[in-house]
Amino acid sequence: MSEINSAGGPGSPQNGVLTTGPGVGQLVPPPSTRSRRRGNGLYRYLLVRFLLIFPTIFILVTTVFFLMRITGDPITAALGGRLTPDQLAERRHAAGYDRPIIVQYLNYLGNIARGDFGTTYSDNQAVTKILTSYGSATLELVLYSLVITFLIGIPLGRLAARNRDRWPDAVLRVFAILAYATPVFFLGLLLKLVFSVKLGWLPVSGRISASGEVQMQQILNPTPFYLLDAIRLGSPALIGDVLSHAILPALALGMLNGGVFLRLMRTNLIGTLDRQYIESARSRGVSESRLVTKHATKPALIPVITVMGMQIALMLGGAVLTETTFEWKGLGFMLAQYMTSRDYVAVQGIVMMLAVIVALANFVVDVIAALIDPRVRY
Amino acid sequence: MSSSAVHRFGGGEPLLEIKDLGVSFATDHGDVDAVRGVSLFVDPGEILAIVGESGSGKTVTARSVLGLLPETATESGAVVLNGRDVVQMSATQLRRVRGADVAMIFQEPSSALNPVYPVWWQLGEGLRAHNPKLSTKQLKERAVEALREVGIPDPQNRINRYPHEFSGGQKQRIMIAMALALGTKLIVADEPTTALDVTVQAEILQLLRDVRDRFGTSIILITHNMGVVADLADSVAVMHDGVIVERKFAKELFAHPEDDYTKKLLGAVPRVGAHSASAGLSDAARQELAGHEAIVEARGLEVTYPGRLGTPPFRAVRGIDFTIRAGEVFGLVGESGSGKTTTGRAIVGLEEVTGGSLKVFGYEMRHLRERTFKPLRKDIGFVFQDPATSFDPQLTIGQCIAEPLEVHEPRSSAADRRRRVRDLLSAVQLPVDYANRFPHELSGGQRQRVSLARALVMRPKLLIADEPTSALDVSVQATVLELFRQLQAEFGFACLFISHDLAVIDMLAHRIGVLYHGELVEVGDGAQVLGNPQHPYTKRLLASLPVPDPVEQAVRREEFRRVDEELAGRD
Amino acid sequence: MSQPVPLGVESRREPWYLRLPVIADVRRSVGLQRGMLVTGLVLTSILVLVAIFAPLLAPYTWAQTSADGVSFGTQQPPSAKHPFGTTVSGFDVASRVIWGARTAVLVILAAVVMSIVLGVLLGLVSGYLGGWLDRILTMITDAIYAFPSLLLAIVMSIVISGGQSSAFGGIMSAAISITVVYVPQYFRVIRAETIRLKAEPFVEAAKVTGAPVRRILFGHIFRNSTRTLPLIFTLNASDAVLTLAGLGFMGFGIEPTSASEWGYDLNRAMADVSSGLWWTSIFPGVAIVLSVLGITLVGESMNDLNDPRLRRRRASKKATSADTRGDEPTADAQEVR
Repeated sequence: MSEINSAGGPGSPQNGVLTTGPGVGQLVPPPSTRSRRRGNGLYRYLLVRFLLIFPTIFILVTTVFFLMRITGDPITAALGGRLTPDQLAERRHAAGYDRPIIVQYLNYLGNIARGDFGTTYSDNQAVTKILTSYGSATLELVLYSLVITFLIGIPLGRLAARNRDRWPDAVLRVFAILAYATPVFFLGLLLKLVFSVKLGWLPVSGRISASGEVQMQQILNPTPFYLLDAIRLGSPALIGDVLSHAILPALALGMLNGGVFLRLMRTNLIGTLDRQYIESARSRGVSESRLVTKHATKPALIPVITVMGMQIALMLGGAVLTETTFEWKGLGFMLAQYMTSRDYVAVQGIVMMLAVIVALANFVVDVIAALIDPRVRY
Repeated sequence: MSSSAVHRFGGGEPLLEIKDLGVSFATDHGDVDAVRGVSLFVDPGEILAIVGESGSGKTVTARSVLGLLPETATESGAVVLNGRDVVQMSATQLRRVRGADVAMIFQEPSSALNPVYPVWWQLGEGLRAHNPKLSTKQLKERAVEALREVGIPDPQNRINRYPHEFSGGQKQRIMIAMALALGTKLIVADEPTTALDVTVQAEILQLLRDVRDRFGTSIILITHNMGVVADLADSVAVMHDGVIVERKFAKELFAHPEDDYTKKLLGAVPRVGAHSASAGLSDAARQELAGHEAIVEARGLEVTYPGRLGTPPFRAVRGIDFTIRAGEVFGLVGESGSGKTTTGRAIVGLEEVTGGSLKVFGYEMRHLRERTFKPLRKDIGFVFQDPATSFDPQLTIGQCIAEPLEVHEPRSSAADRRRRVRDLLSAVQLPVDYANRFPHELSGGQRQRVSLARALVMRPKLLIADEPTSALDVSVQATVLELFRQLQAEFGFACLFISHDLAVIDMLAHRIGVLYHGELVEVGDGAQVLGNPQHPYTKRLLASLPVPDPVEQAVRREEFRRVDEELAGRD
Repeated sequence: MSQPVPLGVESRREPWYLRLPVIADVRRSVGLQRGMLVTGLVLTSILVLVAIFAPLLAPYTWAQTSADGVSFGTQQPPSAKHPFGTTVSGFDVASRVIWGARTAVLVILAAVVMSIVLGVLLGLVSGYLGGWLDRILTMITDAIYAFPSLLLAIVMSIVISGGQSSAFGGIMSAAISITVVYVPQYFRVIRAETIRLKAEPFVEAAKVTGAPVRRILFGHIFRNSTRTLPLIFTLNASDAVLTLAGLGFMGFGIEPTSASEWGYDLNRAMADVSSGLWWTSIFPGVAIVLSVLGITLVGESMNDLNDPRLRRRRASKKATSADTRGDEPTADAQEVR
């Protein structure tokens, strides 16, 4: 990680591409023991990586808990001013906020371990309930935007790398930087202004129209995704309804990540194309296009995937903003709602859950990267 | 230049004819001519060595045969391969020629193989590029065949493995297999053994010779190593500054070099027994040295690197005994991974001693406390291997040399320090005004002199030199080694000289220790160890070192084969 | 090349002002890269100049809804009096956009300075000393790094200001929120660089000499590990603008009466967009895009120039494709940092 990789989204330090141990790598044991060690190495790596999730989550939970509690308790924040001091004290006592902070903390940890992230104040819902009712919407949005991210990132990244420093590269780089420089919510507002308000082609906000929602309720066991349900109902009008609502939010979020992906792909492909094994394949008559699509793409993808794993956090932040912009009723939208009503139990719960999701997603990405890379050893 | 037409290896049409080739590169400071008017022939079955130091244009010349020059290069002249001019070819034509008519082997086999694809796939890519109809099954069969040809054991299974699962020598064999897979008649080998240990080098050279003998393949061998030339080449072209200064059959060139540069190059090659430091000692001097106090004393010295999470710890040094006495140069020789560098680093506390005992000036390094050891540090100097990275790029040469003074004599005056820096610069034969320059403004050889100056500024009683010349060109190496000899004689410090090169060790060391896999297999008087090696590994190491003389090398080659078989018999 | 060759004039050290990061980069760049760098520098300069001279440039203050006793009116389209129109609350859009530059620059400066100081210090010490301190710090920063930065900033802003506050308080709380997000990044970079440098022979040479830790850390490692800082600085500065705007958009920014902030204005403009009013969102939005674009362009180009793989040289690739045995002055000269 010695170099900063701007392509990893500004500011994200690039993961070093596999370092060796302390100068001991030269000795090569006989093949049989080596292959055995490699198999073990992969499992051990995955196990270690999996175990690392827990301290990560623990640190996050602890940090967020104490940070949120520095300023006071959620009841005072939510209801302070509207109740008399006596009423407030009573409510605080009932909720246990007058106990020592350590006791509260341990209690909280215990609750989380049991999957209880608390209950909201404003509408008295279990935070986990919010996850199950709104999480699917967020997931659906993220998946749509991922499709756009890959559609933009891989082909355009290759195009830019192959035409390095020529006009297609210049155009694509400016595009990628613009995609990064435009906040998702501003891009969202622009898209809304043009395609919904001025042209009237697409709906302004929401996941589905009111009539569509009614139709949806006919489904007995709904899947998390509206699109799947619409397909199951077999109604083309409903499918169109769902898709037309999804296009703009997915585009806004996908553009941001697509730009990041494009730049990552470009930088890493350029770096890989300079490697000697590419020159070596070239010296055996392999064509330039195959060098890019086969020989360079796979090695270049390994660091890209790792960095994209770190970008999951960025993507979730983007999803929160996109949902707010398009009133897409997912976790991010609810988060904004609860923040406005100063319901910090809800905010804390949602933030924690998002953090856990990020930690798990990072693990999955690392596993994918490890499976692609035959050199993984630990 | 014109002599190239005279020496023909075989009759008939040459396989390759380079006519008045010129290559220039566009750079920040205008065009640079890397190759100027080079003409060469390569006949079928001929092994031509192009030899020269860095910047001589040898690599550029060789790459032009495959049309593998960067975009900034402009070529003139012609490179005629099988009757067709490579310089004029279109991209598609070049692609058809590469691999089929001419193949290339690279210096670093590790970086020339794609790390994320199995070996058969990479080999198959070359085959498929010239014959897209081949099925995966056919590709695998051809890959097995190709690996068998170059002596990789168990090819059926190993074609499915990834490059990192092979040793360096095996990787180079795979590269050769890939070059051969398409039945090419010409192989361009760019420093094919430079990155390898000397014993592995001998094996790869043997394989290349076999390839020529079995398939009649011509080879262009790019190298800086005169011993390799003597071992393998039929004919030699010596390049200097982009021009061929001499072109002859190998035997002739080594016997009767004509050009001054060739003579100088040959003269600079260190040879075992040629300037042996220990043989030059009188018996009395040897006796006297043996009576000096011991400065470094290792008894059962062990250095173990802890393993990471589940991997076993690595024992780099496994219980070795040796002594370095005042005024004595102790040479430690071994291949990569033998633990020689680790030993040197342990003496100055850069590695932790994990077992046995290591006493430096009587101080037990096993219980190292920086505070108590610091006063002794002024008596120890260290010269690092890589001259490019051993100086803080932000400091001037003068500041670098003066750093030990600032640390150990904080009260000395600035004028005094400047004077001592000047003295040292003159001692290492550099102009005194170099004190104001920055490290990057110096060449590698100059930096290594500065490195010596820094190590000697406190007049140490002990100097550790870790491969100080292995990154240098041979002619530069010769001058630095000579300087080292003079300084050692003048200052009289004891020295641990670490090197992988037996000839270099022989030039400097009074006594020699041979390290193999962390164990000291042989220690003794220099001339004795090299003149009459006892341990089979020492024998093998010595026999694998090619000497710059084709006739003698042919004999030694047989010797190496014999030692090898003897060793194989023992196992 | 038998004897060391003294180098020509071109590799001598140039005057200090030509070696300053940005200036040296402009001089090294060519073609597209120079175009990007210069565009970025121009945009960034405009941002800074507007921030400094906001009082002179802006027709009104950020919180003004009337002038000379006459109310501006709400949601007025652009006119001679209000070139960018007015907002739903009756503010002058042009004035808020101009004053917003000042808020943005103040937050960037505060955030980046704080995170650099903390991140560099922790990274140096942690990377050099290693051991359990290093392990704990790495684990904590890794955890924070994996946390969605916007959410972290939101949490921090709740902690610091309970959501909304005065101009100074708002700017500081935004800055601190962003600092907490970026400290791990600086920490990671400097730590990695320190660990790399720690194994460099020149640092080992100092160690062998007996130089004390303080001298090694600040004399040798610090000076050599900071070459990437201008780069991270620019990259994080652009990210800081976005995070600030994101905070504002989520309603966790600075009160509109305390200071002007583009993200907050976009939040207020959401309803306008649905009813087809474009000027309240376009102008602050474009201001964000241009600021981020400018800073990012500078950072991107500097990154390219500093990365030998990406730097487009007028020079040839000779140094890399030709022999690499390292005694070649041209190769050395190109490695100059």
